[in-house]
Amino acid sequence: MNELVRRCIEGDVRAAARLITLLENQDRDAYAALYRLKDHSGRAQIIGITGPPGAGKSTLVDKLITQFRARGLKVGVLAVDPSSPFSGGAILGDRLRMQGHATDPAVFIRSLATRGSLGGISKATHAAIRVLDAAGYDIVLVETVGVGQSEIDIVRVADTVVLVSVPGLGDDIQVIKAGIMEIGDIFVVNKADRDGADRVVRELRAMLEMQAQLRHGQTPLGGPDTLVARDPDFMHHTELVSELSHAGGEEPFIPPILKTVAETGAGVPELADTLIHHFERLLQTGELERKRRESIRYQLSRFVFDEITHLLSLPELSKVWDDLAQQVFSRTLDIYSAGMALFHSIPIQGATHEDPHA
Amino acid sequence: MERKIRVLVAKPGLDGHDRGAKVIARALRDAGMEVIYTGLRQTPEQIVSAAIQEDVDVVALSILSGAHNHLFPRVVELLKERGADDVLVFGGGVIPEEDIPFLKSKGIAEIFGPGTPTSKTIEFIRANVKRPLH
Repeated sequence: MNELVRRCIEGDVRAAARLITLLENQDRDAYAALYRLKDHSGRAQIIGITGPPGAGKSTLVDKLITQFRARGLKVGVLAVDPSSPFSGGAILGDRLRMQGHATDPAVFIRSLATRGSLGGISKATHAAIRVLDAAGYDIVLVETVGVGQSEIDIVRVADTVVLVSVPGLGDDIQVIKAGIMEIGDIFVVNKADRDGADRVVRELRAMLEMQAQLRHGQTPLGGPDTLVARDPDFMHHTELVSELSHAGGEEPFIPPILKTVAETGAGVPELADTLIHHFERLLQTGELERKRRESIRYQLSRFVFDEITHLLSLPELSKVWDDLAQQVFSRTLDIYSAGMALFHSIPIQGATHEDPHA
Repeated sequence: MERKIRVLVAKPGLDGHDRGAKVIARALRDAGMEVIYTGLRQTPEQIVSAAIQEDVDVVALSILSGAHNHLFPRVVELLKERGADDVLVFGGGVIPEEDIPFLKSKGIAEIFGPGTPTSKTIEFIRANVKRPLH
């Protein structure tokens, strides 16, 4: 394992790939490897790309790789696709659109199956990010599964989240009813050469303004002063980039909205610039630190949650399960008291406390 | 718990027929494997890079163009060069009977012709994966 870690830090592709596999398989030795990788990570910008199926996320990632490479950056990609809930197998097809970069030694692309996770990324995604970060990739792009209205785990692992949308998906109420709008740092309307793209931009902008005003404690219906009048040519990226730097001032901050045609690459250079700018700003304002601390707390809670789930499945608890289930069934106990009883019978001492330093 | 078998399904060469590759990909998925599909017209270099980054157990090559005697051995050779000779490589497609001994001598573990039941391919993978399954 030490050998694998050493090679990974030196940028050996095979070692990094193998470590990711071990982490995906929840190998305990690989968890110890994460301990050794920690001194070499924390440098990369983690970018999440999310949006509905068919929005063009993979093609956009393909074109973003080209842009980042042109700027001399090394790029790691983690492309998540769903596992079949029936067989547990998966067809991972995101890579298909990125194969043009397969032989570039400064690009690493890895497909991950969700393996039962429902939040749009897999359980091992955050660990795989640490591996690529330690292996020296400057940018790690995480492409989520095609999401609908509630798969927002990406926000817990990425520094910058790009929400990709396309014309023709439905009206604006689809976008506000759940929490998906809140997670975007940058909004992209892809396939912008199609009819209706400008309408999507206008609807997004209206939603984002409303959201920002609500956050500022203003009422979105408060009249012309609160409804910030904007240039209809809002789309022009340079203004948007400069607008980012005014965030936190008097005016409610609106995330940038960019139009792209991923197929031809139109708008992607501007998107790459906006992404890099966003990261610089996160660094300058200290916001990066806040985000990452929050993300660590979330990952810690997930880890403990998974450990408890594991303990609950231990064979020594099976009799407790049977007894409590029977008591609820025969109405001796209610579900809550039985649940508390089950919780208190978790053999915490049975939890593994391996010393990662060993 | 048995770990997931990861398979790269690739189409080297210039023919544009990927129905067979897609049928295999689907069958392997239904057998619980994780299948990375890389699409048409892949060079051996692209296939091998993808196999290494994806850390697959198996590379399944499908070809109908007739260039198998050149392309299949090249994939095995490049895998070996990059230290990944623990990857199982097999092929399928339209491949004349008389070419099979040559391909096997070059490290292609098996050749499955048209009409092979997918269950046979699945069994073959389970029995021949080189890295331990537990």
